[in-house]
Amino acid sequence: MARNEGTYKAQSAAAGEGQARAGVPKRASQATKMVPLPTDSLIPERDQGQTILECRHLGIDFGGLHAVEDFNFTVGKTEIAGLIGPNGAGKTTVFNLLTKVYQPTRGAIILDGIDTANMTTPQVAQAGIARTFQNIRLFDSLTVEENVRIGLHNQVKCGMWSGIFRLPRHWLAEKEFHDRALELLDVFGMADQAGAVAGSLPYGAQRRLEIVRALATAPKLLLLDEPAAGMNPSETAELMENIRKIRDDFQIAIMLIEHDMDLVMGVCEGIAVLNFGKIIAKGTPEQIQANPQVIEAYLGKQETDDAALRGKGRRYQ
Amino acid sequence: MDAIRNMDKTTRSNLITYGMVIVAFAVMQGLSSIGAIGSSTKGLLIPICAYISLGISLNLVVGISGELSLGHAGFMSVGAFTGVVVSSLLSGVVANGALRFLLASLAAGGAAALAGVLVGVPVMRLQGDYLAIVTLAFGEIIKNLLNNLWLGWDSEGLHVSMRNANDLSLEAGGKILINGPQGATGIERLSTFTFGFLLIIFTLIVVLNLVNSRSGRAIMAVRDNRIAAESVGISTTKYRLMAFVVSAALAGMAGALYAMNYSSIVPKKFDFNTSINILVFVVLGGMGNIRGGIISATLLTVLPEKLRFLGDLRMLIYAVVLIMVMLVSNNRALQATLQSVVERVRRRRDDDDLVLDAEKGGDA
Repeated sequence: MARNEGTYKAQSAAAGEGQARAGVPKRASQATKMVPLPTDSLIPERDQGQTILECRHLGIDFGGLHAVEDFNFTVGKTEIAGLIGPNGAGKTTVFNLLTKVYQPTRGAIILDGIDTANMTTPQVAQAGIARTFQNIRLFDSLTVEENVRIGLHNQVKCGMWSGIFRLPRHWLAEKEFHDRALELLDVFGMADQAGAVAGSLPYGAQRRLEIVRALATAPKLLLLDEPAAGMNPSETAELMENIRKIRDDFQIAIMLIEHDMDLVMGVCEGIAVLNFGKIIAKGTPEQIQANPQVIEAYLGKQETDDAALRGKGRRYQ
Repeated sequence: MDAIRNMDKTTRSNLITYGMVIVAFAVMQGLSSIGAIGSSTKGLLIPICAYISLGISLNLVVGISGELSLGHAGFMSVGAFTGVVVSSLLSGVVANGALRFLLASLAAGGAAALAGVLVGVPVMRLQGDYLAIVTLAFGEIIKNLLNNLWLGWDSEGLHVSMRNANDLSLEAGGKILINGPQGATGIERLSTFTFGFLLIIFTLIVVLNLVNSRSGRAIMAVRDNRIAAESVGISTTKYRLMAFVVSAALAGMAGALYAMNYSSIVPKKFDFNTSINILVFVVLGGMGNIRGGIISATLLTVLPEKLRFLGDLRMLIYAVVLIMVMLVSNNRALQATLQSVVERVRRRRDDDDLVLDAEKGGDA
């Protein structure tokens, strides 16, 4: 778990020197709008300063409630990042902000050097963020293969007229759809279920299919919302393997929300802990496990005997 | 036979649909050539073709795209009047009736598609009940617009008025094409049963091919799960609008076929009741089930005519029959019985798939 302790500034400089990134000059011209830089960003050393996602002072209000506030988080190019926190902390809201289901009230999201301000959900998806959902959202009435084909929608182009009049473009596209869908399904051992209706799959297979569909969009960053929910320990172990496999095979970054601490501590490299919409801790799994604030958020404050007695005394007065 | 069995399920199902339409057409053609069909039934053939096309096109919106549209008759009337106007404008230019019919149909489809875009762009911001109400309102607006539209043609060109026929100030030899509430009169009856059959086939090709293509999958993805569709980069507005406009264009062509079967049509014909009738075809045939829609459109167009001998009771019986069919077709016990019969037949047919079939039976 060697980590680059550099600040955001250092990462940015390294990126500028190391390789020409599309977004870098653009960002320089935006520099007139000065924002304080997060100083506690961490990404894996192997990513050599290349970040895929940077959230800066991200926040959203629902009415008067600050659902997410001052969310600063950086994900490296091939990092497996974790986002944890008690129920209602705002974890899924962060995912919804990243995918523009909600537009942020404050702050910026920078995906691979491009500011996603004013983008819509489909645009962000095309820019490279794919996700799965806490409550599975498959295209239930369609087959497994069709679900993956829909994931490939923007990878293979074929217009409406080609489809209606069965022009050569259509047949070429359909063949490519079929081949690529089966190839992806094969990675997760689901190729033999290609013809099954997605809604009729067992729970675990539905979760896997959602990941395959998300991967079909050729993302740079994959967001997994509670991928292990409802899984038994052996399924969770398999999932951990799959998450690592996705990172290694596809060379993408993964950010996951999960309550299963075995999975989070086992697979995540950088972790942020959210409570009441604010990050209360960031660091490696070891740092997070030892952080008193995190323990307090999960288990509550440990009352000293004195304080407990005092409380009791007051109640009986 | 093996080739048919090995075919993928949708292709086979689509072929059955095409085959059914072709066989029905051949049978009716054969019967009418030997004079076995009465004139009242013969008069129904073209309306049936038009209603089948309307049912298929509405199925694209209601069944495939999953939106409730209550204004399908509006698009039908746009197509009907455009078709009639274009065909009578072309009567001096294009001598061939079939070509004139084709051009009028294409113009009708184009005009209805344009209406579809105009209505669809603002309406696609809405969903569910709201969409239904706005499409309902659109149907009424079109009807009332046409009720107050006068269109005439003379050597100077087209004259349009929203007041009355005199306001058109036509020359002596001028022709009134649309005469307000009296609609279009003196229509040349270009529609034939063969054209109707070809329109059904064309509609089937467009809808079935669209559904089984990249765009069609996107439309169904939006129907099944809007949020998930957006999350994989599909623009929901684009694909909902696509289904809506294609459906409108096909409805317009069906409208032209319908109108050119009569010597006169009135805007009042294309009212809310007609929209609901088309919706009933779709719902009764099964939403998204094209073949079912074709059958129900045929039966429900024939039924009210065949019940004429009942006099005043006609529509009452029609309604009762509708309710009974809905009840029976949704009866779980009956469905299960039917399912088990189908399973038994299938099991006898091929023992290889025995295990698979048993599993399916367990699910049901």
